Amino acid sequence: MIRIENVSLRIRATPILRDINLTIPKGGVVALIGPNGAGKSSLLSLIARLRPLQQGTIHIDGLPVDRTPGPELARVVAILRQDSTVASRLKVRELVGFGRFPHGRGRLTAADLEIVDQALARFDLTDLADRFLETLSGGQRQRALVAMAFAQDTDYLLLDEPLNNLDMHHARELMRSLRAIADTRARTMVIVLHDVNQASAYADRIVAMQNGRIIADAAPLDLLTPDTLETVFGFRMRVEIIAGKPFVLHHL
Amino acid sequence: MAGRRILGLALVAVACMVAFLAIGLRGDIAFVLQLRAVKLAALVQVGVAIALSTVVFQTVTGNRILTPSIMGLDALYLFGQMLMVFLLGGVGYATLDPQLKFAAEILLLMALACALLLPMLRRRLDMGLMLLAGVVCGVLFRSLQALLARLIDPNEFAVAQSASFASFNAVRTDLLAFAALVTLAAVIVVWRARHVLDIVALGADAATGLGIHWQRTVTGLLVLVAALVAVSTALVGPVAFFGLLVAALAERIAGTVRHATLLPAAALTGIIVLVGGQALFQHGLGSGATLGVVIEFVGGIVFLLMLLWGSRR
Ligand SMILES: Nc1ncnc2c1ncn2[C@@H]1O[C@H](COP(=O)(O)OP(=O)(O)OP(=O)(O)O)[C@@H](O)[C@H]1O
Ligand SMILES: [Mg+2]
Repeated sequence: MIRIENVSLRIRATPILRDINLTIPKGGVVALIGPNGAGKSSLLSLIARLRPLQQGTIHIDGLPVDRTPGPELARVVAILRQDSTVASRLKVRELVGFGRFPHGRGRLTAADLEIVDQALARFDLTDLADRFLETLSGGQRQRALVAMAFAQDTDYLLLDEPLNNLDMHHARELMRSLRAIADTRARTMVIVLHDVNQASAYADRIVAMQNGRIIADAAPLDLLTPDTLETVFGFRMRVEIIAGKPFVLHHL
Repeated sequence: MAGRRILGLALVAVACMVAFLAIGLRGDIAFVLQLRAVKLAALVQVGVAIALSTVVFQTVTGNRILTPSIMGLDALYLFGQMLMVFLLGGVGYATLDPQLKFAAEILLLMALACALLLPMLRRRLDMGLMLLAGVVCGVLFRSLQALLARLIDPNEFAVAQSASFASFNAVRTDLLAFAALVTLAAVIVVWRARHVLDIVALGADAATGLGIHWQRTVTGLLVLVAALVAVSTALVGPVAFFGLLVAALAERIAGTVRHATLLPAAALTGIIVLVGGQALFQHGLGSGATLGVVIEFVGGIVFLLMLLWGSRR
């Protein structure tokens, strides 16, 4: 369980997050949506202790993120950042292998190599495994980064806009993979998504943020209504229910 | 494949050492050999120290152009040395045990380097700003050193100067044994940190996500760099572009940025360039003083090319 209590964040006196309270039980897919600058990435960085916590507390499975030793926490939670830039003279397989670092401090056992191979296969990277990252396309690189987070093999996975740069096919594959991992292994995914229809199709729950606050938090069917969407994004859009799931026709 | 390249480098390095000992032997062979062996030990150490400090520094700062000496760390060391002469007086300084002095200088450099570099790293200055800051720091410390030199009287200045006037050709062999201990300890620590260095190279956020305590790790690595810079500067004086040259060569030869290969490749390349170069210039051509000039010249050109090509990573 991720428990976020009374978390606020300021950067140079500008409030970025205001009094966030959120509990995410173990298992399932939670989508985080909201306009640009709402504070989604900031919230994920705090949960993954990439930023120091200023106010409030965050616990993951009872571990306080600001006081738990780094390696221990890295075996519980993994994060894919929105703007990951990585050294380019690395092979895809090496990058994915770095995901195993928290488990063996860099020495890869046969079991580690097995997990790396699985991650490569799952994200359609087997053919690219020995290519240097600099020779990949944006979407291929994004998949390599997701595979690295996946190889970390943690119960909690925080993904900041994992669909960036992905084509339709790979976006679908990625979301299905994440859904399958969450279902079969009781993993918890927190995914920042800009495409609300992806959230509708794959998430159990949607948390909507705006201006540093959580302003809605419900199942897709309850949250994706014209009224709520208007408060979050500032314009009215049509919502149709297809096969029991709401679909937002924001382009009409 | 990487293993074969390292083996090849190791063979070349051994050949360079043999050449250094053997070329142009004349006169009292036992005596000359002994002299050369001592100097060889110093050059090997310096080559390794500069190569490793440069690679670690570049990994921590996340670029392939900055080196400890471009950031003015060796100037900082000489400034620290002059500061000690100033505070203790020439006589006090001269009568201090050289090894004690050296230890104090190393500690001083570690402290100064952290005080200077950690704030820069924390602000995540980009490469251009770091470079500028480095140039400014270098000039600043050299000027401060010159200022202190004016403030102390000429006799004391002579003491300080004799302490700081080491070069490839005039190696400070009196510090050799102690320096060897420091180098060896640093080499062991760097080697044990090779996997951590791979992760640090990914940047602060990615490394934190993988469980690295960024602040602590980077501070530790900078302290290590400072110790290695102190060793090389104490033994042969400041060298501007040698580290850059060696690190750039080693990365090309190793063909990877993984530190398990890159670190030994850099150390061996350092030995080859320094010992091989000195064998060629001093014992082969009989003009030892030129090696430093040639290395700085070639290294300077490499530096300019890297800047022009913008190979920042
Ligand atoms: N280092 C920083 N300095 C100043 N302001 C910042 C900094 N980082 C983020 N902000 C501000 O914090 C707010 C929230 O940023 P955040 O990156 O969390 O938004 P987001 O919801 O992830 O947006 P996006 O959808 O564009 O990724 C923004 O207004 C941004 O301008
Ligand atoms: Mg964001």
